[in-house]
Formats: sequence, structure tokens, C-alpha cells
Amino acid sequence: MIRINNVSFKHRATPILHDVSLDIAKGGVVALIGPNGAGKSTLLSLVARLQALQTGTISVDGLPVDTTPGRDLAKVLAILRQDTTVASRLRVRELVGFGRFPHGRDRLTDEDHAIVDAAMAQFDLTDLSDRFIETLSGGQRQRALVAMAFAQGTDYLLLDEPLNNLDMYYSRALMRSLRSVADAGGKTVVIVLHDINQASAHADRIVAMKDGRIVADGTPADILTPDRLEAVFGFRMRVETIAGKPFALHQL
Amino acid sequence: MADRRLFGLGLGAFAVAAAFLAIGLKGNIAFVLELRLLKLAALVQVGVAIAVSTVIFQTVTGNRILTPSIMGLDALYLFGQMLLVFLLGGVGYVALDPQLKFGLEVLFLMGLACALLLPMLRSRLDMGLMLLAGVVFGVLFRSLQSLLARLIDPNEFSVVQSASFANFNAVRTDLLVFAAIVTVLAIIIAWRSRHVLDVISLGPDAATGLGVNWAGTVAGLLLLVSALVAVSTALVGPVAFFGLLVAALAERIVDSRRHAVLLPAAALTGIVVLVGGQTLFQHALGSATALGVVIEFVGGLIFLLLLVLGSRK
Repeated sequence: MIRINNVSFKHRATPILHDVSLDIAKGGVVALIGPNGAGKSTLLSLVARLQALQTGTISVDGLPVDTTPGRDLAKVLAILRQDTTVASRLRVRELVGFGRFPHGRDRLTDEDHAIVDAAMAQFDLTDLSDRFIETLSGGQRQRALVAMAFAQGTDYLLLDEPLNNLDMYYSRALMRSLRSVADAGGKTVVIVLHDINQASAHADRIVAMKDGRIVADGTPADILTPDRLEAVFGFRMRVETIAGKPFALHQL
Repeated sequence: MADRRLFGLGLGAFAVAAAFLAIGLKGNIAFVLELRLLKLAALVQVGVAIAVSTVIFQTVTGNRILTPSIMGLDALYLFGQMLLVFLLGGVGYVALDPQLKFGLEVLFLMGLACALLLPMLRSRLDMGLMLLAGVVFGVLFRSLQSLLARLIDPNEFSVVQSASFANFNAVRTDLLVFAAIVTVLAIIIAWRSRHVLDVISLGPDAATGLGVNWAGTVAGLLLLVSALVAVSTALVGPVAFFGLLVAALAERIVDSRRHAVLLPAAALTGIVVLVGGQTLFQHALGSATALGVVIEFVGGLIFLLLLVLGSRK
């Protein structure tokens, strides 16, 4: 369980988060949505101790993120940041293999290799396994990075806009993969999404943020209503139910 | 593939070391050999220290065209030397026990590097800003050094001057044992950190996500770099582009950024270039003092080339 209690955050003098509290139970897919600058990425990076906490507390499975040794936390929680660039000259297999680093620092064991292979298969990277990262397209690189986070084998997976650069086919494939690791593997996936219809189709719970506060929290059916969406995004859109799931026609 | 090339580099290093010892051996062989062995040991140390410190520094900063001297580390060292002469006078400076002095200098450099870098790391300044600060500090210490140089007696200036230019011909063999201890310790730590270095090269966010304590690890690595820079600067003087030359060459030879391969490759390349160059200049070209100039020239050309080619970040 991820517990976020009364977290506020300022970047220099600019307040980003105001007294945010949120509990995320174990298991399932939770989507964070909201307009640009709502504080979604900041909240995620605070949970993943990429930025230091200023006020409030965050714990993951009872481990406070600010005092738990990084290596212990890395076995519980994996993060993929938005716009991660890999400067190093690496092959896909090597990059995904880094996901096993928290478990055994030195050589990869046979078990590690099996996990790396499974992660590459899960994200459709097997054919690319010997390619250098810098020769991949943006979408392929994104999948390799997701596979690395997945190979970390943690119960909690935090992904910041992983659908960036992915085409329709791979967006859907990635969301379905995340769904299946949540259902079959019992993992908790917290994902920042801009496409609320992806959230509606694949998430169990949607948390909407605006101006550094949580403004709505519930199932897709609760959140995807014209009134709620207008409150979050600032304009009115049609919501239609197709195949039992609400979809916002925000393009119209 | 990389292993075979590494083996080739090892053979090359061994060959140039043998050539350095054996070519033109005449007269009192035991005496000449002892002299040459001491010098070889110093050159090997310098080559390895600069190569390893540059590779680590480039990994930590995530930039392939930087060297520790850009952070002003060797300027800091030379400023310390000048300060000592200024405070103690030329005679007092020369009278200092060289090993004690060297030990103090290494500690001084590591302490100052720590004092300058840790506050920047703690407030999580981004690397670009830190490097800018490093460049400014480098200029500051160079200027302070030349200010002191203007204030002291010309005779005393000549004492420092010999320490301010790279000279591979007149290495300080009196510091050898002490420097060797520092180098060997630093190399052992670097080797044990090779996997962490691989992860560090992914950048702060990814490394933190994989459980590396970024600030602490980077601070430790920068201390390691400053110790190695102190060793090489004390033994031969400041060299700006040698590290860059060696790191760029090694990376192209083994075609890998994995530190388990890259660290030994860079160290061996450092030995080949330095000892091989010294042998060549001493015996074939007959002007051993020019090696420093040529290395800086070629290194400078490579620096420009990397800049022009965009250096693939």
C-alpha cells in the first residue's frame, strides 16, 4: 500500500503540491490524470524518492521513502520518468538487464536472465534485443525503458506518461500488458496518463489532479462525467458509453 | 570481441613497457634498469590515474568531452603549491619532507573538492550548473595562482614553475611509493564500483530508481577522482587533454561503455600512449621533453574533433 499523507511541495518559491493525501491499495491499475502543471509528475517522483520530501510523509508497504535505504526501496518500487534519455551506448538486452541491479549487483544469474527475457517478450522487444538504444525509434526506446522497470520485479510500478511516443498499436499493447501484470502478477501500477479514454478502458481507479490538489478520485464511471471532467480540464465534453465503458469525446 | 581487444591492449602495454626498459641498454645495466624501472612505475601510475579518473568523471557528469581539469582540480592543486611557496618561501618549500607534503596536498585537494562539490550536490544542482561553477573555480584558482606568482621573488617562482608544467621526463620518483599506495587503493575502489558506474551512466533519476544513493555515490566518486588527479599532477604536472585522448581512444577500441571493460581498457591505453610515447621520443626522436606538448596537441585535436562530431552526448 502506498500512503501519501499531507504532502506539500514547493519548487523554489512556486508551490506545486498543496497538502495532498492519497492511499493506493495493493493491486490494480491507478491512473493519474489532470491538465499540464497539475503536479502529477512531481507527486510520482516524490513517491519514488527522486525528489526530497519537504513536508508530509510517504510510505510504500510501510517503508518511509525518505529514510529507507535506496536499494531496499528499489526492490519494492520501480519508476519510469517522463523523457528518460539514455546517454550510454547500450544494447536493449543490457538496458533491460539493469532492472536486475537492485537484486544482485554483480553478474546476472540464470534466473535474472530468464526475468530479462520474459520482460523483453512481454513488451515485444525480443527481436530488438541486440540493437543499440540510440538506433531505436522513440517508441521502441520507451518500451525498452518500461521493460527495464518491469524487470526490476517490484510490486509497485510507477510510470510517468509511458504512452509518449507510442503509436496506437503499442499504446494499447502496453496498457493491456500493464493490465495483465496487475491482474495475473498482483502488481500495483500507478500511471500518469493524458489520454483519459485509455484510463477509462484499462484503469481500476482514476485520480484527477488540478493545481496541486486532488480534485476527483473514483472508478472510471465516477470520473468520466461531463461535470467532473469540466471541473478538471476546464471545458465541457461529451461522454458516451461504449461497450459498458465511458469515453470522453474531447476532440469534438 | 571486447575481451580480445582488451587482451591486445594488455599485450601492447606489456610490449611498450619492455621496450622502454630494454632499448639502448648499456653501461651499468643494474643501475640503468633501476632508474628506468622507477620511471616506468611513475609513468604507468600517471597513465592509469589520469585514464581512470577521466572515465569516472565522464560517467558521473554524463559528458564525453569533459576531464577533471575542466572542474579546476589541477588548478586547485597548483594553487596549493604556489600558496605553500608564498607562505614558506622557496627554501622552506624545498625543505619540506616531500612525502609529508604530498600526503597533505592530497588531503587538501580532496577536502577542498569536497567542500566545493558537496554543497552543490546536496542542493541537487544540475550537472550543467556544477560544471559551469567548476570552470569558474578553475579560472579563479589559475588567476589566484598567477597573482601569487607576481607577488613572490623570481627565484622562488622558478621553484614552483617546474611543478606547473607537465614534464614526463622529470617525474618525481621520490613520491613514488606514497603515490602508488594512493593509486592502488583508488583503482581497487574504482574496480569494485564498476557495476555502480554502469548504473550511474543512466543518469540520476534512473540510477536512484535502481537503488543507487546518487548524492553519496557521486560525492565518493568525485573524491576518488580528486585523489587520482592529485597523484598525477604531483608526479608530472598538469595535463589537460591526455585524459580525454585516452578515454576517447579506449572507448573506440573496445566499443563499449561498460566499465568492467572500459576501465581496464582506458588504463591500458593510458600506459601504451604514455610509456610508448616516452620510449619513442627518448630513443627514436631524441627529444624526450616534447612528449607533453605532443600529447596535449593530439588531445586538443581530438577534443575539437569530438566537439565538431557532436560527441553523441
